[in-house]
This record gives sequence, structure tokens and C-alpha cells, in this order.
Amino acid sequence: MATTSDLQSGRPLVQGNHKSAFRNDRIATGIFYAAGIFLVLLLFAFAGYIIYNGRASLNLHFLTTPPLFMQKGGGVGPQLFNSIYLLILASTLSVPLGVGAGIYMAEYARPSRLTRAIRLSLETLSALPSIVVGLFGLLIFINILGWGFSILAGAMALTILNLPVITRVAEESIRNVPPALKEGSLALGATHWQTIWRLILPAATPGILSGVILVTGRIFGEAAALLFTAGMSSPPLNFSDWNPLHYVSPLNPLRPAETLAVYTWKVNSEGLVPDARQIADGSAAVLIITVFLFNFLARYLGKALQKRSRAC
Amino acid sequence: MNPSSSPIATITDPIVEVRDLNLYYGTSQALRGISLDIPRKKVTALIGPSGCGKSTFIRCLNRMNDLIDHVRLEGEIKLDGQNIHDGSVDVIALRRRVGMVFQKWNPFPKSIYENVIYGLRVAGVKERTLLDETVEKSLRRAALWDEVKDRLHQSAMGMSGGQMQRLCIARAIAVAPEIILMDEPCSALDPRSTSRIEELIRELQGEYTIIIVTHNMQQAARVSDFTAYFYLGSLIEYGLTKRIFTTPRRKETEDYITGRFG
Repeated sequence: MATTSDLQSGRPLVQGNHKSAFRNDRIATGIFYAAGIFLVLLLFAFAGYIIYNGRASLNLHFLTTPPLFMQKGGGVGPQLFNSIYLLILASTLSVPLGVGAGIYMAEYARPSRLTRAIRLSLETLSALPSIVVGLFGLLIFINILGWGFSILAGAMALTILNLPVITRVAEESIRNVPPALKEGSLALGATHWQTIWRLILPAATPGILSGVILVTGRIFGEAAALLFTAGMSSPPLNFSDWNPLHYVSPLNPLRPAETLAVYTWKVNSEGLVPDARQIADGSAAVLIITVFLFNFLARYLGKALQKRSRAC
Repeated sequence: MNPSSSPIATITDPIVEVRDLNLYYGTSQALRGISLDIPRKKVTALIGPSGCGKSTFIRCLNRMNDLIDHVRLEGEIKLDGQNIHDGSVDVIALRRRVGMVFQKWNPFPKSIYENVIYGLRVAGVKERTLLDETVEKSLRRAALWDEVKDRLHQSAMGMSGGQMQRLCIARAIAVAPEIILMDEPCSALDPRSTSRIEELIRELQGEYTIIIVTHNMQQAARVSDFTAYFYLGSLIEYGLTKRIFTTPRRKETEDYITGRFG
């Protein structure tokens, strides 16, 4: 029992091994710091190495001209465009679908056999190796539907690949919105949908956005799922023809489209150009820089969006 | 129940009439045969120890319990003579007539202005002048206007707890409800903010019917005209606040009020 004299003498009221607890706490803190610093260093070393090796290619010529056949000095212009176009197409397909599924799972689905089945399917889907998704795409989109190697087939394959991630992230972000907000909205006579649209989705946007960023990086880096869907070649493109129905138009979704990641892999493994190694290094650097840029852009957009929704 | 404390007889022209209300969460019963009339444009306080069913009870009045799975209701709740569980009753319209202020303030992550007019926006009101007027009127009514009139378009998240709770009251007032339910509106506030909210409740009475759940017996005594004492899901005693606090008719009520239990 603590008496006044105990308190005055400054002796700890609880005798225990607080010294060793204190030491353990410091050790744990140290370990976590070290792990964090290691990760950051690894990332910097990795990105730095790639960008440093590809630095010679970081010029406008490399970024805008098409590859050359059997000759030095080709660029990755069409491949870079293909990557970005594929990203836009795949996101247009997978984000609304995934967010929609996430809303359903978080707001409407009651615990039932159907819900469990959906969840199990999503988990299975997210565990599929991307080459399997690519072969599935080959079978369905190319062979059965007869689309031929095309951006659209590639975008569909990537949608299959990304749907589980976006759905899960959207569901979790929506579930993390405080229920008090939802109650407050409903108590003011808002419908369930108004509550979702005006309150829950804006509040969940930062979380959903980070999921989309995750997926964006994956789309940029994905090669295996695209080999047999979007294909390993790019027809000569006419960058002044923006009619999506023309075969030579860059916007035609039914043309084959080799992406930067696929090209990096191809040129590295079977490139016939004399500067294959340099091109592979260069395109890898371009790839990683583009992913960084997209992440920054997405974060900036997310912040701006959130600010806007708070202010007005 | 002791006939002298019968809740039904004492009130003429009630706005809400509750008869034999039973509520079950799954198999456990949370409300047991509640019957009472809520007087129009008066403040009614619901008191009782934690878990006695008072919050569950007021959430029946705007059908917020609809949101919870496995809730089953028996009995009848009438608002102005109409059963609120009737198939023809639109729960959205009901919630506009019966507003609610929650225990923990829950302003939306939007501007002060947008918070106040949220109920109008979801009702489809677009007229700018009407929205502006409603904002000023509601914030004045909630005694918040002078503090926020220069930062209406700033986020509501930067306010103090007491201000946020008054904003939630303004938000409820903005849709012109007939009844305002308050579920322990001061339990997370400091004494100063609490007394401001209590003043506000006194000012609002006469214009709105207010039903307030509170843990604080002094608060019930200060702000309410009528008091209902709930215990273990049953309504033990109900009557004029003055009468309940000076001459409780039931032993349980007296024990609770005098602090011998609870």
C-alpha cells in the first residue's frame, strides 16, 4: 500500500522488472527502425541502379521514336504510348467494376453463402499467377472470341488480374468509414445510395486511390499476362491519326500492342539489335520513372479531391 | 404498473403514442412492454442506468434500429396518429420529421455550410437563397452563428467538440423536424459546453418536441418537463419532471434518483 512517505521518497510504487522492460522496448524500437531504414535504402538502391544504368536513354529521342530492326539507335515511343493507353483502358474497366463490387460487399451484401462464394472467388482470383491469366485471355479473347492480339484483350486480362485487389481495397476503405457518419446521414433523411455517394465514397477515396495506385504500378510492370493477349508486336503507328477505328491509329483498341515491360523483356532475351542491352536498361529506367510519376500524380489528385470535398 | 403513475393518462394531445412496445436483439429482449405518450413541444428526458433500453427506445422513434440485423419489434408506435411501421410510411420522410443528435458528435467531413444543408441537399433543394437562409437561421438557432459566420466554407472538422455538437443540432434543425431525439448529447462534452447545450435545449422547447436520453440526473431535472425512468428494458415511472424528482411513487425510481443505485 502506498503511503505518503512512499510517495515523498520517490520510490516506485510498483516494484517490478521495469528496467528490463525498458531495455526490451528500446531494442524493439531499434529493430523496427532498422527494418524501415533497410527497406528505404533497398528501394533507393534498386531504383537508383536502374535509373543510373539507363541514364543514357533518358532523352526525347528514345522516348518518342519507334524501335529499329537490326540497327542501333531505336527508341521506345510506341511501347511507352501502349503502356499508358493500356493502363487507361484497363483502369477504365477495372476501377468502376472493382469499386462497384467493393461497395456491394461493404454496404449491401449480407453474410450468406453467396457472399462467402464471392469472397472465395476473389481470393482465388488474386492468387492466380499472371501467366495463367494470360493463357486464359489467349483462350477466351483471342481463340474463342477471335479478337486477335489486341490492347482490348490485354486490358481484359489485366482487369481479371486487378479486380480482386481493387475490390478488396475498396471494400476495406468503405468499411473503415466511421459508422457514425452513415447514421448521421440516414438520420437526416438521406437514402442509402445518397449516403454512399455523398459521404462514404468521398471519405473512402484516399484508400481506394492507394489501391488504384498499387494496381497502376502492376499494370505498368505486367508482362506475363500480356504476352499472349496484347501481343509482342506493335504495328506501325500513325501518331497523327486519332480515329480509333483506323488500324494504324494509336487509339485502335483492337490492334496488337507491345508494352514497355513486354518490350524490355523481349529485347533483353531475344533482341537482335546491337544495342539491345542499352535499350533494355533504358526502357527499364523509363518504366520505373513512369511508375513514380503516376504515383505522385495519383497522390496529388487524391489530396486535391479530398480538399475539394471537404471545402464545399 | 401502479395506476397513479400510468404514463398514458397524464398527457393530452401527444405527438407520439407508444403501446406495448417489445424489442428483441435476436433472442434477448431489450424493451419490455413500453407504453407511453410523448407530449408535443415539450422536453422529455429518459433516464436510467446503462443498458436499460433508453437509447434503444429513442432509436425506435426514427426507425434507426432498421439498420441493425436481427432486430424484431412488437407493438405500436404512432406519430400524430399514424403507425410509423405502416407499409405506407416512407422511412425517409419519417426521419425528416424526427431528427436525431447523437452521443458523439458526427459532423461530416465537409464545410460547416454543407453540413447544415446536408438534409436539404439530399431532399433535392437547390435554391441558393433558401440554402443560405437556412444556414443562417439554423446556426443562429443553435447559438453557433456568431462563432462561425466568417468561416462557413471551412471544414467543420476544425471546430471544438461543443461547437461540433451544436453544428449537429443545427444540421438537425435545418430540415425543420417536429421532433428532435438527443441521445446523451452532452456525455462527451466538458461542463461549459454542456451548459451551452442545455441552454439551447431550453430555448428550443416550445418550438420542437425534444426527447433527450441522459445519464445525468441533474441535467434531466434542469432541462426537461417530463421524465421517464427506464430499468432493464421496462418503463418504471413516467410523469412531470418536478413530480418525479420530488415525490417519486416507485421505490426503484427513488433509489436511482437519490443515487442509492445506478
